[in-house]
Amino acid sequence: MTSAGLTASLSPVQYLQAQVRWRWSEIVFWLATLLPFVLTPSYLVLASQIAITALFALSLDLILGYSGIVSLGHAAYFGVGAYTAGLLSQAGWGEPLTGLAVAAVAAGLFGYVTSFVVARFRHLALIMITLGIGLVMQEAANSANWITGGSDGLQGIRTWPLFGRIKFDLYGYTAYGYALAGLFLIFLVARRLIHSPFGLALRGIRENSARMPAIGAPIHAHIRTVYTIAAIIAGIAGALLAQTTETVSLESLGFQRSADVLVMLIVGGTGRLYGGLVGAAVYMVARDQLSGLNPQYWYFWIGLLLIAVVMLLPNGLLGGLSTLARRLRASS
Amino acid sequence: MSESALATRGLNKSFGSLVVASNIELNLPHGVRYALIGPNGAGKTTLINLITGALRPDSGHIILGGGDVTTLPPEQRVRLGLVRTYQINSLFPHLTALESVTLAVCERLRVAQTWWRQLPAYQHEIDEAYDILSRLTLAPVCHRVTRELAYGQQRLLEIALALAVKPKVLLLDEPAAGVPREESRELFAAIAGLSSEITVLFIEHDMDLVFRFASRVIVMVGGRVLLEGTPHEIATDPRVRAVYLGKTRLEAAS
Repeated sequence: MTSAGLTASLSPVQYLQAQVRWRWSEIVFWLATLLPFVLTPSYLVLASQIAITALFALSLDLILGYSGIVSLGHAAYFGVGAYTAGLLSQAGWGEPLTGLAVAAVAAGLFGYVTSFVVARFRHLALIMITLGIGLVMQEAANSANWITGGSDGLQGIRTWPLFGRIKFDLYGYTAYGYALAGLFLIFLVARRLIHSPFGLALRGIRENSARMPAIGAPIHAHIRTVYTIAAIIAGIAGALLAQTTETVSLESLGFQRSADVLVMLIVGGTGRLYGGLVGAAVYMVARDQLSGLNPQYWYFWIGLLLIAVVMLLPNGLLGGLSTLARRLRASS
Repeated sequence: MSESALATRGLNKSFGSLVVASNIELNLPHGVRYALIGPNGAGKTTLINLITGALRPDSGHIILGGGDVTTLPPEQRVRLGLVRTYQINSLFPHLTALESVTLAVCERLRVAQTWWRQLPAYQHEIDEAYDILSRLTLAPVCHRVTRELAYGQQRLLEIALALAVKPKVLLLDEPAAGVPREESRELFAAIAGLSSEITVLFIEHDMDLVFRFASRVIVMVGGRVLLEGTPHEIATDPRVRAVYLGKTRLEAAS
């Protein structure tokens, strides 16, 4: 919060304008995402997977962090996007941008249909329902192996060059650029969304869903909208993974992925837009390093990290950082 | 305009063998300030829950401005102008006062579905919210998050949220509950200053406030309406005296 003196001199609209303005820390953050190109070019494949996972975590943040909808099956939408893009390519159409669009539509449709169930429940019942959606999709993909390839995964995906020109190279330059651009553009949309009247309504649902009908808010309609948007974004993330890795496996819509993204978001900090991005980066770099050290037991350390963050930093890493920044500012 | 702002016809509700509303007939004309009084457990809050749709009646009808709203969900009744506040603060703890009221204004004007335009573009809505907060003396704290507001300010914010929805009928469930006496007078002065087009029904235990701010009083006992009348009629009615009002408090008030 800004100091009272500054607040008093601004009109209400000016105050809200100041809230949505881009901060220096945000600009620095996005510039820093370009560093892997120069500093760690041998890790660009990992960097592209981080960007894709960050996008997936961002989509979860819209429903979990901003609307209070806890999901343990969010990978279902990621998987629908991944398989759609993969199948399209397998069928002979490997153009990446149209592939993304088709995957977004498929995941969005699936999200819209399921949102009618999701909107009616909260808390534990909702966790079970989303878990159920995830498990159903995983087993459906497993048993439909004439389409999905079952546990072998989807074979024969070829992603055509970007814009018909830029080939996807072995080192991941194109993959990271492509994934990062996708992440950034969708981040811009998400940022707009959370600063809109609709974003305010979502925070209202998170803060007190029982009060919302008393101000005339159609909360089911709001939840259906945000859930569909989140499904679209998750589907795009899935499609990006399918296109950049040229494989799709059952793992893309499995429970593990749903649980992992939840952990990333909680470690990074929910309801702050950048939480999922930071969480994804920390988690995936940690996994990369730890699995190098100890390929079998690295989830031990992830578990420890999760417990430590939730105990010591209940608002995640970013929540801890912003508290620290506030203390420093107050003491200076 | 001869019809009531709000009416109920034969409203019944019981939980098992406990009857909480029994054949309730209300007729609230436009613009009148009503107090709803009665001992604890008389069914006052239950009646508000029935009227607003938080509870379904077992039988009977609720008529708002001439239209039957008995089967409408709560949020649609709100859109028709039937608005309530809560006895226990039910707010948005991490939203600022301005954000909370702006949200209510946006929901009323149906712009809360738009997600591609940012909030500062809604100057009109923000100004209206700020104006409501000013009227309730909350303008200086409008950028504070709700949970950091003083208790009395949170009670005012409850009313601000209700006003943002442009109520025709406003149901206030103990608006001054937990507020120190001096502040509760200010709070009721704010309620008294509301537009005379709004019909107000408030639950209140403090008889001083009831007699000062209500033009009509409804007395409930055991899920029934015992009596309705002017404050003077209520104060002098022997039945009310017998079942509810302590003798000394009544004499002090009349």
